[in-house]
Amino acid sequence: MGKRINRQSVVTLLGVLLVYAIVQGSILMDILPPFVALTLIQVCIFIILSTSLNLINGITGQFSIGHAGFMAIGAYMAAIVVVKFQGPLMLALLAGALVSALAGFLIGLPTLRLKGDYLAIATLGFGEIVRIIFLNMEYVGGASGFSVPKTITWTWAFWLMVISVVIIRNFIYSTHGRACISIRENEIAADVMGINTTKYKIMAFTIGAFFAGLAGGIYANYLYIIQPLTFSFLKSFDILVMVVLGGLGSLTGSILGAVVMTVVSAALSGWPEWRLVITAILLIVMMIFRPKGLLGTKEFSLSFLGKKGEKNASSKD
Amino acid sequence: MGNVTEQVLQQIVNGLSLGSIYALVALGYTMVYGIIKLINFAHGDVMMVGAYAGWFATTTLHLSFIPALLIAMVVSAILGVLIERIAYKPLRNATRIASLITAIGVSFFLEYGGMLVVSPQMRTYPPVFPDTIWNVGGIIIKYGDIVMILTSIILMILLHVIVKYSKIGKAMRAVSFDNEAALLMGINVNNTISATFAIGSALAAAAGVLMGVYFNTINPLMGIIPGLKAFVAAVLGGIGIIPGAMVGGFFLGLTESFVSGLGASTWRDAVAFLILILVLIIKPSGLFGKNIREKV
Repeated sequence: MGKRINRQSVVTLLGVLLVYAIVQGSILMDILPPFVALTLIQVCIFIILSTSLNLINGITGQFSIGHAGFMAIGAYMAAIVVVKFQGPLMLALLAGALVSALAGFLIGLPTLRLKGDYLAIATLGFGEIVRIIFLNMEYVGGASGFSVPKTITWTWAFWLMVISVVIIRNFIYSTHGRACISIRENEIAADVMGINTTKYKIMAFTIGAFFAGLAGGIYANYLYIIQPLTFSFLKSFDILVMVVLGGLGSLTGSILGAVVMTVVSAALSGWPEWRLVITAILLIVMMIFRPKGLLGTKEFSLSFLGKKGEKNASSKD
Repeated sequence: MGNVTEQVLQQIVNGLSLGSIYALVALGYTMVYGIIKLINFAHGDVMMVGAYAGWFATTTLHLSFIPALLIAMVVSAILGVLIERIAYKPLRNATRIASLITAIGVSFFLEYGGMLVVSPQMRTYPPVFPDTIWNVGGIIIKYGDIVMILTSIILMILLHVIVKYSKIGKAMRAVSFDNEAALLMGINVNNTISATFAIGSALAAAAGVLMGVYFNTINPLMGIIPGLKAFVAAVLGGIGIIPGAMVGGFFLGLTESFVSGLGASTWRDAVAFLILILVLIIKPSGLFGKNIREKV
């Protein structure tokens, strides 16, 4: 990678700071409508979810459609720590993420032996089981939901999102990340080259689950109430659409997908049926005409702005 | 002791009724998977469309059960073929993941498109059967139970005859065995795949009408959970294997009614998915499946 600090990362950092400052400024000046503020925080939550799902689906080439299950575990765990034990927010978020990662590890251990469709169905089944467990748990309110005080602010959501994306990005460009990519490209070849494919698949799955749990924790501490129904297959599908739309294997693509889909959903929130019909058509058309997604496996970069941009550098917009 | 036996027998009756629905839907899943290796996520929603077609036929057109069933089957068969031609055919050579995502997309399109067309509210199925209830030694058998089990058995026999003895059935088996070799032998692969979708969707529609009649209400999202469970049934029996789907469907129906009978009805769905995960981990090829070694 060459130098640690280059033009690209400076530009990215400045961009991130600028986005934060503009939103924080308008919140402080009280000119941001509450609906917009809600959407912005949801964008942050969905960016964490889509980049972490991309790590599993796009980078490692496994096909998980039970991401909402991990989100639910993180959300409920964080809510339990905050409400039942009066724990601090940071601890709650961490607990949610860790328990979710543990669940990912335990689920990944047996199911990651499965391939393609079968893995997809197993993860879907897992997601539904998690939801039904919470539905039947009176301790966390069952079907009527679990109220949690709102403690997440824009600052929390935004910086947790940035940290998550940076960690996932660094993972992808590390030795482990390259191993994961080799599994995606050809699992048998990777195995022959001496890569412990099971280990890396479980590693990617666990990290993905960790961040999904974190996103769930943020969600729980922002939305006042969490209900099992929120974490149904529909939520997993929403996250999947973001990843696929942006391009399986492209981190910036996932970010783009999350931003576009959250804004579109917010704009169509008055017509929920239309939102889903449009999403579904978009997905079908996309798969037929551009199955790689908007960015494919490429990363969006600002390199065209500089003279000699770094290849594969990631940036956020 | 007599009471326990009665309860067990009662749950068997309920389980067989429920299982016949799962079996009918599972047959479509398994046939489509057998022929193009695609999990047709939209299959449960095709069943929903069939249920609505049957509802329309009985309420607006005032038809009796059998004509309504036939109309629903025809409507769904056409829908199934259209879905295949529009959404799945362009992706036949694409990655499995791409077609799986498309199938999920089609499923959501039917569910929420359906909501736009028929509104999300529940519809009540008119009583097409007499309310006759037989009490055989304490076991309650409804008229609907008999019709449901009989209809599905007749349809399964019909399917068996078609697949085993007709020309199109032979073509189906050939395409599912080796797509390219079948093409070289002069089989019209496209038409065969369309026929598979048509038959599978018609069976799903029959299941949809039976479900509407049995449970009285239908809504645009009614296909999701039975669809997923029918998929569990198909995997349980060994996906791609027709008798496997029937056995898997009845097994799942029986398991569910016993779980409900034990007073844990809210856990019913979780048990179905647990069975799925266990089957996938222990014997992914299903009860009737053979292990096929993967070649590099």
